[in-house]
Amino acid sequence: MKPAVLIAIVVFIVLAILHQDVWNWDNADLVFGFMPIGLAYHAGYSIVAASFWAIVMKFAWPTRLEEWADETDDAATNN
Amino acid sequence: MTPIIVIAIYLGALLAFALFSSRFSRGTSADYFVASRSIGPFMLLMSVFGTTMTAFALVGSTGKAFQLGIGTYGLMASSSGLIHAACFLVIGIRLWAIGKRHGYVTQIQFFRGRFDSNAFGYLLFPILVLLVIPYLLIGVIGASKTMMGLTGPKGPNPGMFPEFFESTGGAIPPELTGAVICLVVLCYVFAGGSRAAAWANTFQTIVFMAMGILAFTLISNKLGGVGAAIEQAKASHLVRTESDHAGVSAITFLTYMFIPLSVGMFPHLFQHWLTARSAKAFKLTVIAHPICIMIVWVPCVLIGIWATGILPPDATPGAVLAMMVGKLISSPIIVGMVTAGILAAIMSSLDSQFLCLGTMFTNDIVLHGGKKNRFTDKQVILMARLFIVGIVTLTYILSLVLFKQNVFDLAIWCFSGFAALTPLVIAALYWKRATLPGAYASVIATTVTWFYFFKQSGYGGEYTVNGVMPVAYCWLAGAVAMIVVSLVTKPPSKQTIAKFFPS
Repeated sequence: MKPAVLIAIVVFIVLAILHQDVWNWDNADLVFGFMPIGLAYHAGYSIVAASFWAIVMKFAWPTRLEEWADETDDAATNN
Repeated sequence: MTPIIVIAIYLGALLAFALFSSRFSRGTSADYFVASRSIGPFMLLMSVFGTTMTAFALVGSTGKAFQLGIGTYGLMASSSGLIHAACFLVIGIRLWAIGKRHGYVTQIQFFRGRFDSNAFGYLLFPILVLLVIPYLLIGVIGASKTMMGLTGPKGPNPGMFPEFFESTGGAIPPELTGAVICLVVLCYVFAGGSRAAAWANTFQTIVFMAMGILAFTLISNKLGGVGAAIEQAKASHLVRTESDHAGVSAITFLTYMFIPLSVGMFPHLFQHWLTARSAKAFKLTVIAHPICIMIVWVPCVLIGIWATGILPPDATPGAVLAMMVGKLISSPIIVGMVTAGILAAIMSSLDSQFLCLGTMFTNDIVLHGGKKNRFTDKQVILMARLFIVGIVTLTYILSLVLFKQNVFDLAIWCFSGFAALTPLVIAALYWKRATLPGAYASVIATTVTWFYFFKQSGYGGEYTVNGVMPVAYCWLAGAVAMIVVSLVTKPPSKQTIAKFFPS
């Protein structure tokens, strides 16, 4: 397994734990004067998740899989 | 009458846009089923996102936030941003590669090949079809109820068409709405197959995303701005703590993360994955999916929370968005546009589901077992079209028969069923030791546990086991059965391994 893939798996597990957001469970403070902090946390989390996937795309992209897919077999010639 | 004209214009534009795509058709069955594997990054993102987000993204999210509070977003949206993208990357791209290499157009073709068994396809086929059908009914019945709400009587005032529809108090009846929705979707799916569905989904996804933002902007302005709007919301809905029927428990919040895994086994999403031009086309879908979810869900969740200070607490959750729009927005044009947005969210899932069932019946039942050579490409397309007409007709009839039943209670169970089957696809893709008996054991264990909990729930609706979502148990049962039985049975042949795993 490539080190980048291993790191991605570890970070994914950390993100899944952070998703629980135990810090703001009963906090009703407002962010920017209109968004409850529990909602703001998870909206920010969505942006972090997108950034995480962008980094994964950069460093753990399955290049070999793409080359392998191009070697279509005779039965596939459904393409 | 104005909202109906706006909706009619929207449906006309949708049809024109989808049918325009047929100019790019190559006229082959591969084009009909998987758009000749030619869909680029933006259209793939829009069609995958549009298919994943049903009307629940607009109507359900608002209603659920009205019920539970802000926990709704973390429970259903931000978890999906992480898990859906993981499924697209880990399951979608690999299935796309295998599908392209071996010319597959359905999930069952992959599983039959991977486990070297025709019979396994006959076990999986009815399970997948039975899990998709309630999903179809929810779409058609949801559209009918939306239109009845829009055109029905408001207090002492009669409905929009009292002279035409006496029995419904002037509201457009489900027979008419269902027929129009089914016919519009049937027209473009019949004509253009997968390519038309991708084009239509792109248009519809842009429409429902824009209409959600429009509703949010207009409602917040009417309430005196976002700051003033949140001040009159119920305090219990601003936190996730369980109180007064609002909030969500920590264990439910945690185990709800199994639900978004369902995208890994949706047959209609599988078909969209196969339309990708290249693996690189997935990059935008994986990265932008969490952002698209945020754009749709945050405004709707906030509208639902604001509604707690405006609507009576016993308001029907599914009607909260329509009630807020009706109460705070007087322009009939805007009402028509928001309703068109709701219909767009419904239809962007319906088209893919109709198409995938037609594709499955054609390829997994009729053409299976080397029978494809008996038919010309034109005959294969005709066969798929006839199946799609049959499925649309059956869905329409069932939607009328079951209109008064609460099919919406089945939604969470459909998602749970698909999610609980993901150990099967993950093992098939990544574990060389996964065997046919292991696959059988996994599907049977999942089905038995799913049915046990479904029965315990009273056949539908929200149900937890001491706060734990049943899908967690079903998923674990499927995973354990797959691992244990595979380890004690004969490994797959070297040919099978060579065929499905890059060396």
